[in-house]
Amino acid sequence: MWLTSARAWLFLAILVIGIELWAESTFHVSFIANRTNLSSIAVFAVAPLLLAIGQTFVIISGGIDLSIAFTMGFATVILSQVVNAASPVLGDTLGLLVAVIVSLAACTIPGLINGLLIARLRVPPMIGTLGMYGVVRGIAYLLAGGTTVPVYNPILISIGNGSILGVPTVVIITVFAMLVLHYLLSQTKFGQYTYAIGGSQQASLRSGINVRRVTVWIYILSAVCAGIAGILYTGRFTAGAAQAGEPLVLDSVAAVVIGGASLFGGSGTIIGTLIGALIVAVIQYGSVFIDIEPFWQFVAVGVVIIISVIVDQGQKRLGGGRVDE
Amino acid sequence: MSETAIRSAAETNAASTYLLEARGVSKRFGGVLALDKVDFRLAAGEVVALAGDNGAGKSTLIKIISGVFQASTGVLFFQGAPAHFDNPQTARDSGIETIYQDLALADNLDVGANVFLGREPVRRILGLPFVDRQRMRHEAAETLKTLDIELDRLDRPVRALSGGQRQCVAIGRALHWHARVLIMDEPTAALGVPEQRKVLALTRSLAQRGVGIIFISHNLQDIFSVSDRIVVLRRGALAGACNTAESKPDDIVKLMVGA
Repeated sequence: MWLTSARAWLFLAILVIGIELWAESTFHVSFIANRTNLSSIAVFAVAPLLLAIGQTFVIISGGIDLSIAFTMGFATVILSQVVNAASPVLGDTLGLLVAVIVSLAACTIPGLINGLLIARLRVPPMIGTLGMYGVVRGIAYLLAGGTTVPVYNPILISIGNGSILGVPTVVIITVFAMLVLHYLLSQTKFGQYTYAIGGSQQASLRSGINVRRVTVWIYILSAVCAGIAGILYTGRFTAGAAQAGEPLVLDSVAAVVIGGASLFGGSGTIIGTLIGALIVAVIQYGSVFIDIEPFWQFVAVGVVIIISVIVDQGQKRLGGGRVDE
Repeated sequence: MSETAIRSAAETNAASTYLLEARGVSKRFGGVLALDKVDFRLAAGEVVALAGDNGAGKSTLIKIISGVFQASTGVLFFQGAPAHFDNPQTARDSGIETIYQDLALADNLDVGANVFLGREPVRRILGLPFVDRQRMRHEAAETLKTLDIELDRLDRPVRALSGGQRQCVAIGRALHWHARVLIMDEPTAALGVPEQRKVLALTRSLAQRGVGIIFISHNLQDIFSVSDRIVVLRRGALAGACNTAESKPDDIVKLMVGA
């Protein structure tokens, strides 16, 4: 386990050094010794990381959640609509609180349906969540009236753009969420069962683990993480947008697999996912900083996913363990 | 043992004096009668081999005993009283453990986590529950030691263990949870010869501790070296039963194929 994590750290270091050298030699500025850059990368990493920590549970359990791309947008739209409707009546604080609760509660619905489809009706996760991707996408656009929904809540906007002791508030919230999920995954029975289900569903069933219930909760957790990402997005961009998370589903899967999780389930950690999300953020922000055509980012992240999976497969073979054909 | 005597016992529904007893158990799947009024008895400390060809009903019978299936008709007695196992968990809670040839362990978890899978001990720190990994490893090591199983590293995924070691971990798990009845489904099927011997020796030593063991195997040599009695099923029905010491492999084969 530490080996895959070390690999990810190493990759991050090489990436940062490479961009640093490029920036120094071409533009004579430092990439990493720059507060703005560090803060920007951290803020940049917030949404992909939030999606990715939920995705970590899903992938460890042997599944994948594609629907979070639009669950996030769905949350931004619901939050915006509710906050705009509730704030004038309840005041900014209470209005925001109600809107946050309503949007997170709404996110549990696609999560619950994903979980039931996969755990009860045995729909393959790829297909079940792809279907939900379409459903949530359509509903999010319908609720938004096909456009973006501006928000007028000063507290939400200050959460999205403010900072505490020089650290952006969205980063603090994300780190807190990450720590909670790290605890859940590494220290609780729920986390233990997530690994067990990914390792062997049969063994889990025969050990009396309620595989269906745990699976449903995993997908709800993933959807709620996407909801939190949506809330922070709404604060940062002061608007709800159905397409907010669309490009991020690839980033989230990339972060998880770069972080050492196997797409075949059974392994992965939140810390690994953090490194993976940082790698993705550095690739994206760094490529802008050193003035590479932005579309190369997609190419780079896609290639990194594929390489990570190949390395994972190779390591399984070399590791002396049994490879399931 | 006389079949008619058992049949009449089933009719009177008298209390069972055995550790485990199935009386007139049938199981129907749609139009297929997978198990037809089978009687089965197991005493504490006894190893009963369950033999039969593919489709003879061996796995249906053990799945009824372990709570995976429920009998269509017939009664199951456990420790003298009628027992109803709605699911594997209730059977396990009563002390009926099953060891499957390959599917018993989660490969990606370590020995301790596998021994405790589904029943992890939890300690609280500031009110928050934490799975107690150290205790799991420690207790797993203790249990394995009592079985003379030596594993150098308990903190590695069981994927890294050999087939025999994995089987030993599964047996250790059953022992740790005070199994009264242990069902072993082809426990030696995927093992090399030295490891087969180790598992057979473990089986005997568990029986000496008073565990009742149902031993399913295709391998007659294993059956003869480990069991006290042999029960043969054929096409879902009881084909015969005999004491191992008084029978020869040929007799069992005849019962299996119905010659």
